[in-house]
Amino acid sequence: MRPQHDADSIEAQAAEWLAREHFWNWSEAEKSALESWLAETSAHRVAYLRLKSGYARTDRLAALQPAKSEGSRFAWPLLLRVAASFVVIGVLGVAGAFYLAHASRPQEAAYSTPVGGHEIIRLADGSEIELNTSTTVQLRMEAGKRIAKLARGEAFFKITHDDDHPFVVEAAGHRVMDLGTEFSVRDDRNGLEVALVQGKARIESANGAADQRSAVLAPGDVAVATADTMSIRKETASDIANALGWRRGLLVFHNTTLAEAAAALNRYNSNKLVVADAQAAKLTINGTFGTHDVEFFARMAETVFGLHVTAKGTTTTISK
Amino acid sequence: MTNGGGMAEAPGTDRDANRKGASLSASAAEEWFVREVLPLEAALMQFLQHNWRNKSDIADLRQEVYVSVFDAALKEIPAHARAFVFQTARNLLINRLRRLQIVPIEAVADVDALVAAMDQPGAERTVIARDDLRRLQAALDRLPPRCREAIILGRIEGLSGRAIAARMGISEQAVSVHLINGMRALVNEVYGGERKP
Repeated sequence: MRPQHDADSIEAQAAEWLAREHFWNWSEAEKSALESWLAETSAHRVAYLRLKSGYARTDRLAALQPAKSEGSRFAWPLLLRVAASFVVIGVLGVAGAFYLAHASRPQEAAYSTPVGGHEIIRLADGSEIELNTSTTVQLRMEAGKRIAKLARGEAFFKITHDDDHPFVVEAAGHRVMDLGTEFSVRDDRNGLEVALVQGKARIESANGAADQRSAVLAPGDVAVATADTMSIRKETASDIANALGWRRGLLVFHNTTLAEAAAALNRYNSNKLVVADAQAAKLTINGTFGTHDVEFFARMAETVFGLHVTAKGTTTTISK
Repeated sequence: MTNGGGMAEAPGTDRDANRKGASLSASAAEEWFVREVLPLEAALMQFLQHNWRNKSDIADLRQEVYVSVFDAALKEIPAHARAFVFQTARNLLINRLRRLQIVPIEAVADVDALVAAMDQPGAERTVIARDDLRRLQAALDRLPPRCREAIILGRIEGLSGRAIAARMGISEQAVSVHLINGMRALVNEVYGGERKP
């Protein structure tokens, strides 16, 4: 009836042009063919403009990139099966230990993510360790304990509890002992932060008067420990879920200052944001951003707050 | 923001010659259209859907509104985009009703009332970051599996059409169709106007 002029078929043609432009070899000849198609009628042009500008906005999808799952499963050396046989044949303990030391499976393994990285390590015992940006975790088996040392960064632990093989996270001179849990541990300049999502865990200082600096965490508890202090605050489930937005590639800001938000994004990107103006730094925002949305963030500062954005090299400066 | 470079006018067409200061005003109109008009799409679609019974006409109506708004902007950029867009939409609906010779006066009056009701500074402009990504993800999840796979490989992993075809083990033609459908669906989601149930 109206084969070439109805909105649907024009949109389909415009989408075809856009797809060719984005995904297939785009020659000069095609480019000028597009130009003449656009010049034919404003209907072509508005359809193309609409798709192109809408499609540009889907760039935020890149933030949804799922965490790469670690392929080689780390197995706690000889793990539970062998350990169980120790119980039965106790005298073989020494030999067993020797065997452990020479086991062909790795007894220590280190996992790291670069800036902007995100990785899930699935362990043979069913536990999962999810590494956030710029994070290193070392795993080892020691005296029947599964030990994960957070050398730097932030990780989320989902632990399959095992009474015989406690799971211990070591970080910044503190230890978190799993009592059947899901929790996150973050080590940054402000100290160690442990947020408990599910189950129970105990945090204690590895040195010093342990009884004074030991606490059992319940869901919603967030412990902050420095070399000589430890405090615990309560957060709502949704606050904790927001803080763990990185697991889905998201940063959730709620009344967050521009400066804090920029710092949060900077953790994930080598392209750094600088808020150069003290007043602008205090503006607050709400919203959800992909951990890699530096450009989108800058654009928001520009359009929503009318700030000035200049990009130079790997630095994007936001100023008045 | 990505609409700058690739949009230059093809030189030497008759159409261009007819435009005063052709490429300058054309690119200004394009920029204005993208910046001021497209963000109104959700509200415009809502307006059209409320005021037009035949839902299969809506996409065409939207196109007609866009074309007349854009053509007007080529001559002179309207001072108030929102008012101009809804005025155009209203006139279009009234003309259509007249042409249909039904002339339901009440309907026209309703249109006026609605324009007045909707012609307030829009909330949609302030919705910037919140939930954008979540909506896009939901839209992505709703795509048919093969289409979604093609879009993920293309949009998120940045593969070319050819590489997508190799990865998915399907023809380039099929990839092209998936990409086109996927792009359209995502763009409709971005503008928040059309939802397929």
